[in-house]
Amino acid sequence: MPTLHALANPARFLRIARPLTPILFWAGVALIAVGCWAGLTQTPPDYLQGETVRILYIHVPTAWLGMGGWTGIALSSIALLVWRHPLAAIAARAIAVPGALFAALCLVSGAIWGRPTWGTYWQWDGRLTSMLLLFFVYCAYIALARADAERGGDGRLPALFGIAGTVLLPIIRYSVIWWNTLHQGPSIGLTKSTIAGSILWPLPIMLVGFTCLFGAIVLMRMRTLLASAKSEARMRRMARA
Amino acid sequence: MKAKHQRLTLILLALGAVAVSAVLALSGLRDQAAFFYAPSDVAAQGLPLGRAVRLGGMVEAGSVKRAADGVTVHFVVTDGKATTPVTYAGIVPDLFREKSGVVAEGQFQRDGSFVAGNLLAKHDEKYMPPELAGKMHETKTLEQ
Repeated sequence: MPTLHALANPARFLRIARPLTPILFWAGVALIAVGCWAGLTQTPPDYLQGETVRILYIHVPTAWLGMGGWTGIALSSIALLVWRHPLAAIAARAIAVPGALFAALCLVSGAIWGRPTWGTYWQWDGRLTSMLLLFFVYCAYIALARADAERGGDGRLPALFGIAGTVLLPIIRYSVIWWNTLHQGPSIGLTKSTIAGSILWPLPIMLVGFTCLFGAIVLMRMRTLLASAKSEARMRRMARA
Repeated sequence: MKAKHQRLTLILLALGAVAVSAVLALSGLRDQAAFFYAPSDVAAQGLPLGRAVRLGGMVEAGSVKRAADGVTVHFVVTDGKATTPVTYAGIVPDLFREKSGVVAEGQFQRDGSFVAGNLLAKHDEKYMPPELAGKMHETKTLEQ
């Protein structure tokens, strides 16, 4: 992986991350604005759910990023454990907070949809419970990674936790297929979707928009973590001198 | 190079173990994680009497009957293999209708019927505009 190795140098990473952050941020904001407009005004209501169906334009991207965020933590953990990539620990820590936030938004938007559709905000169903577990695992990861960094650890312990946590991703995905649950089965597969095209089309816009915004948040957090590591190192040098 | 390959092998083994444990959790927890009993589960395993359970399935077409008191509903839940008659007194959810999914919370009776204390509508994975669905169901909107 030549490109990843090129980014191992923090100065080179910052030269790319600095201009990329606003590009991703504003692209994300613009796409989400277009997606919200389309999803609120240009699509028909669902034949059963009525207007409630529009929550899917928020719920699906937050679920995608809640799970995608943990995939990012797992990939960073592998890069740290195998290649000792110097930015991997910072990338994983940067992903964890927005990942937890999007998992929480997924749970909240699902509850708001569940009340009019199912008749309940919350049930201990397989999909809902496994997603709540992912949120708790994010919280545990954030605490562990912070403690590890504060004690001057090399990030290997949180990386192992990051890899173990991936066990939840297939459980969340297949919970609605293997178990009987209140949550419906998957509507969107790799090749086909059971959502009518006239309702579906703003969803890819929202997915790309939310992903750009997520990327911008991760880059901002990585830059912050790098800057604080740098200032701490400088303080330590000054204290010694 | 050698150490790096060793670490890569270890990680791949760990990922394999994680995948296997996910499959084991999914299959091993199947009975405990089940959100509801289907009518055919009850037919195969016997009635779970004396405790609160959930019964899930489709509302059989033409089976919904409202009693004269205005709040009691009788209907039949089916999973294609077996059926269970259900009695419920209360407000049904908006999405409760025939040929649609339902989850009832309550207790089985000795005669194999089910008395529900709460009803949840189960939505399926299909989303479509009212025109596509035909005029089968009238969509409830805020204006109506």
